[in-house]
Amino acid sequence: MAEITSRKNIIEVKSLSVFYGQFQALKSVQLELQARKITALIGPSGCGKSTFLRTLNRMNDLIEGARTEGQVVFDGKNIYDPETDLLELRRRIGMVFQRPNPFPLSIFDNVVYGLRVHGQNDRRYMEERLFRSLQAVNLWEELKDRLEADALCLTGEQQQRLCIARVLAVGPEVILMDEPCSALDPTATARIEDLMYQLKEKYTIIIVTHNMQQAARVSDNTGYFLLGELVEFGQTNQIFTSPRDARTEDYITGRFG
Amino acid sequence: MKEKFRLQPRAEQKIVQVFLYFLTSVAVLVLFFILAVILKNGLPQLSLEFLTKNPAHMGREGGIFSTVVATIYLTFIALLVATPLGVGTAIYLTEYTFEGTVTRIIRFGAECLAGIPSIIFGLFGFILFVNKLKFGWSILSGGLTLAFMVLPTIIRTSEEAIKSVPAAYRLVSYSLGSTRWQTVTKVVLPSAAPGIVTGVILSIGRSIGETAAVIFTAGSALHLPSSIFSSARTMSVHFYILAREGISMPKAYGTAAVLVIAILLINIITYYLMGKYIGRSSRS
Repeated sequence: MAEITSRKNIIEVKSLSVFYGQFQALKSVQLELQARKITALIGPSGCGKSTFLRTLNRMNDLIEGARTEGQVVFDGKNIYDPETDLLELRRRIGMVFQRPNPFPLSIFDNVVYGLRVHGQNDRRYMEERLFRSLQAVNLWEELKDRLEADALCLTGEQQQRLCIARVLAVGPEVILMDEPCSALDPTATARIEDLMYQLKEKYTIIIVTHNMQQAARVSDNTGYFLLGELVEFGQTNQIFTSPRDARTEDYITGRFG
Repeated sequence: MKEKFRLQPRAEQKIVQVFLYFLTSVAVLVLFFILAVILKNGLPQLSLEFLTKNPAHMGREGGIFSTVVATIYLTFIALLVATPLGVGTAIYLTEYTFEGTVTRIIRFGAECLAGIPSIIFGLFGFILFVNKLKFGWSILSGGLTLAFMVLPTIIRTSEEAIKSVPAAYRLVSYSLGSTRWQTVTKVVLPSAAPGIVTGVILSIGRSIGETAAVIFTAGSALHLPSSIFSSARTMSVHFYILAREGISMPKAYGTAAVLVIAILLINIITYYLMGKYIGRSSRS
């Protein structure tokens, strides 16, 4: 752990607990997330990893009866402070969901959606951001001639890339990915993983995955969640070759989960 | 164990099928019978003149132009008031509050409103708009009364339409930093629009056909309305008076035919829109 904390952290989570009514979904989670690295969160279903991901951009606020304790310090400020600008927070910490979910709008309108809600109306500027975002997800060449086409007509992989581009367009620093490949076939998954590798140069990525090979392939650091607890957190190769906790070992060797 | 008499499953199936087929035919036949009677008696009355001339001699002569205008006028005012009120309520219920006692009370209230007989709405409109607010027998009083009558329909259909918008759209919108209002106006309402429009069109149909709520509030003056404060006679009220007072059965049937054709057209348009709507939402 020591070697990790010495590097630059973009998010520091301090004794974070989340409750859904009476049920405690996260139990005093403590960890630091490094800038421009990929952090994978693994663990069995219902262990709290998606809940944890959603605490980072406060999407849990939308769930009825959800309550959060503890701190998430992003850019020197606790995002759970009452004066936090939620809209700005979510612009800076974007999110990609499990299933590709473009709006039933054109490709263009999808990508610039976030820009528009943040008050941008300048066509030139939007086109520039559209170009850069689509290029960053390797879709520009494929789609440049049909930007007005309905986004729902794209393939699943293209749709997921488009969703990533939609996040990139608003200029985030951190991208949260909640099992972004679970609806994709293995080839598409491999290409999205390549994309994550490219994006790492500019962005901090935190990915929830059920696929341990995926965590091993793409991530720099890995956290193992079990029953709302962060059992172990460390460099990915250490977690996968010499886990310190017996429960982590059981999980990654497939003895359970 | 007592042996029970049982038919062959196949025979049983056949009997049930024939029986249900019979029930369905009765329902459809009644509709066709009504249509046939009205169109048989009414269609010969229809002409361009019938539609474009004002009634004369209490409706014994002339056409129904002023009643068509009054109907359109009244329906327009009803929807102008009911649509924002209904859609706004639906947005509040679905997007701005969690399910709870308050939403249940509001929803229950709207359901009750839907169950009130239209003549009671007429009485309510008469007391409130005609007397208390001193709008008199007028298009305004009638339109407002109709607005309250169709409000539950608009609330319910809008709510259903809004609820059927995939939750993912909202999540994505919020996760990109949208406000609630931006999410409602840019994502939810556009996706729900066909469903909302369907509800509004159904309400148009109800407003056009309504008699009891209107006769107490808009009155029955036959002249062409000149403002929203004019008293006016809608097509359905005109039909009622012509038939009930025995003024002219042919003219009554002519009016009925126009009414029925208008409502039929509206329903056909609604079904067409609903088909498109369902096609769209199942694709995503």
